[in-house]
Amino acid sequence: MNADPHYTLYHPRWYRRRVSVWWWLQNRSYTVFVLREITSVFVAFFALVSLWQLRALAQGPEAYALLLARLGRPIFLVLDAVAFAFVVFHAITWFNLTPKAMVLRFRGKRVPDGVILGLNYAAWLVLSAAVAFVLLRG
Amino acid sequence: MQRITPLLWLLFSAGGTVAALLFPVHLFLTGLAFPLGWIEAPRYEYLHRLLTHPVTRLYLLVLISLPLFHWAHRFRYTLYDGLQLKHLTALIAILCYGAALLGTAMAAYLLWSVT
Repeated sequence: MNADPHYTLYHPRWYRRRVSVWWWLQNRSYTVFVLREITSVFVAFFALVSLWQLRALAQGPEAYALLLARLGRPIFLVLDAVAFAFVVFHAITWFNLTPKAMVLRFRGKRVPDGVILGLNYAAWLVLSAAVAFVLLRG
Repeated sequence: MQRITPLLWLLFSAGGTVAALLFPVHLFLTGLAFPLGWIEAPRYEYLHRLLTHPVTRLYLLVLISLPLFHWAHRFRYTLYDGLQLKHLTALIAILCYGAALLGTAMAAYLLWSVT
């Protein structure tokens, strides 16, 4: 056996096309897919803002006042506006996927997609109103 | 890793639902409506009193923790596919789920220690 494979004549080289990191911009449905995946970054961002708010509330009134002032800075207003758009996009894509991910049966018949969608959006509305009601009572 | 994959997927799914149902309203009020003065922000005393109730504490733990696990799971695959980092699988998984665990621990500690 030849110990050195580099001398093999006409050895086939694998043909692999390099895929650009921007592959998802070439097709609209790929772009929507990647934007949907990126929503997770803004979900994490707001979870951290909530953690920050919780810390301020645990520390006392001065920390809470400072937090409110910081959230009013332009950098946070811009970040929060962008995050809001992405979080709403996450909610809509998430609800629209539910009928496909979860097939419900009632009395042996499949519950129509529209009913599951309607329940999702109704729950969204009711919970949002409840949260707003509790927060705005103070 | 293989054995806890169903659990991680369940956390991803639960966190996605919590974030979808509750994040838009919280983010709109806390991030936009209160700082921009559209609606008056709740007073400290009121929020602090809410925080002393066990139901509020459980709610906040769920609100912070589950969406972090949702992020960890989804962002992991975003890094693999989007940035073609398949060779860093273990490192990325540890960083993502580790960050979610850390955030959960911080929230639990704050909720536990607040008086």
